[in-house]
Amino acid sequence: MPFLVLDKLTKRFGEHLAVDALSLTVEQGEFVSLLGPSGCGKTTTLQMIAGFVEATSGSATLEGRDLLAMKPAQRGLGLVFQSYALFPHMTAAQNVAFGLEMRGVARAERAARVAEALALVGLANLADRYPRRMSGGQQQRVALARALVIKPRILLLDEPLSNLDAKLREEMQIELRQIQRTVGTTTILVTHDQAEAMALSDRVVVMNAGRVEQVARPHEAYERPATPFVATFLGKTNRLNVNGTEVSVRPERIRFSGDPSALAGKVVARIFQGNHWLYQVDTEAGRVTVIRQNSGDGVPGEGEDVRLAW
Amino acid sequence: MVADPRPGPLPRETEYRPWLLSAPALALFAAIVVVPLAMTVALSFHDFSTMGGIKPVFILKNWHDLFTDEYFREMFGRTVRIALWVTAICIVVGAPEAYILSRMSARWRGIFLFVILGPLLISVVARTLGWALLFGGATGVVNQALMKLHVIARPLPFMFTETGMVVALAHVLVPFMVLSVWAALQRLDPQVENAALSLGAPHWTVLRRVVLPQAMPGVLSGAILVFSLAASAFATPAIIGGRRLKVASTLAYDEFLNTLNWPLGAAVAVLLLAGLVVVVLGANRWVEKRYAGVFE
Repeated sequence: MPFLVLDKLTKRFGEHLAVDALSLTVEQGEFVSLLGPSGCGKTTTLQMIAGFVEATSGSATLEGRDLLAMKPAQRGLGLVFQSYALFPHMTAAQNVAFGLEMRGVARAERAARVAEALALVGLANLADRYPRRMSGGQQQRVALARALVIKPRILLLDEPLSNLDAKLREEMQIELRQIQRTVGTTTILVTHDQAEAMALSDRVVVMNAGRVEQVARPHEAYERPATPFVATFLGKTNRLNVNGTEVSVRPERIRFSGDPSALAGKVVARIFQGNHWLYQVDTEAGRVTVIRQNSGDGVPGEGEDVRLAW
Repeated sequence: MVADPRPGPLPRETEYRPWLLSAPALALFAAIVVVPLAMTVALSFHDFSTMGGIKPVFILKNWHDLFTDEYFREMFGRTVRIALWVTAICIVVGAPEAYILSRMSARWRGIFLFVILGPLLISVVARTLGWALLFGGATGVVNQALMKLHVIARPLPFMFTETGMVVALAHVLVPFMVLSVWAALQRLDPQVENAALSLGAPHWTVLRRVVLPQAMPGVLSGAILVFSLAASAFATPAIIGGRRLKVASTLAYDEFLNTLNWPLGAAVAVLLLAGLVVVVLGANRWVEKRYAGVFE
């Protein structure tokens, strides 16, 4: 039996259709990302699952039970918010303990589970610290521990890493993935960051203007985008008009070629980005973006004539 | 040689410059606050007799009277009692009002904020006289209506009662509590309530365990504000209480303008001021200590 089933879930705000008949099945233990630009309806979808936004129509069932009929407090889902939403007047341990208290877990067991959850996110030594005295990354971990400690049926993550700086975000991605693997909680992540979605998820749900564009494994969605929107949203792509037909080619798939029949062009810009070079090449098929590994070999400079193949 | 990047001591001539620049403000402050206050304090130690008037001597008679005479103890007791009741009512009415306000949509919030703050635009005297018109003895509008409807047999006592003073003062001062709590609630992340709900907390628990503790600094600073305004209020106690039911401020007024015993009036005023300063500073210190780790 499928774990979470969303069937034609729809949300309308007045005239505006925020989520348009979204259908999705999530298996137990799966990590699914709702990915799309801001305003695509991904957060609204998450809030309907959580129960903070009422669905206009459609249904959501969790293990066969109607989710939409339950109050947020009864759904037993763990949430991590973009702002972390920690209780500022409680210490890290009190924050984590809150959900257990609400479930009437006895004091001794509560303390043990709080310690376990804080250890899981690597914060065992900061149990008595108030959120204001913690860094963004630490607050993020407390929020994660608070959501996981209640053993939620689904973990819902709303842009959890977007307030962190790039380096920390990368570290947290790896850690989040490991933690999710360890506890095996079914997880739904909402993000606008395609790299984050691809790095973390088993499947991505690419959304645009309230509709699902594609549901696929990250690699598959990247290699075989179902729609032009997915192709441009997941990474960079070149839309080239070659011999009357439009083709979509990823920048890293294009190489410089000695073949005289290959597409001719002139390098207009060359940007060094550490591990790779980024080129802009003008051709008769339009401007082409090319990414080449920085392999240490000689590379064409600006103004040079090149030929492109893929 | 590399120049020392650390700032050295200021040259002699610039050291007094900040003082020079703030001198006009300091002079004004000294002239209109410090000097009159010092003179009032000095006045409270002078002697007074009906025949001889004020004698500029140093005696403790006024202060001795204030602390020993049952009459004055009653006045100050009433002042504190009324201020405490007003504060309590303002908390009970104003804090929930502020929470409801913070949850309203922007349009309704604008309207209701105006409704709450509107009374501040009307003079305290006019508002207090309004209460007098509604409840003033047998001719009060509400009293008449209730008697006609046979809800009550006699007019509700309001004028010249402590209850009347408390009600009228609470009405005048509740906007200060609303604003103070509202300012605290503004800093609250709306997602925090959702977080508590998702963790299984019922609405009432969310209010008690999550919203209220975060609104507490606002409630406490509002309480300090309301308490000091209620204890030092003059117009409302003067109109509702008249000369029959005096509080510290109306007592000081009477001593100054009716009995002409300025030294005693000064002693009353100074004691009221000193009492309020102690209460406000003490409460402030307590709030800051209590919430130091949480709100900074």
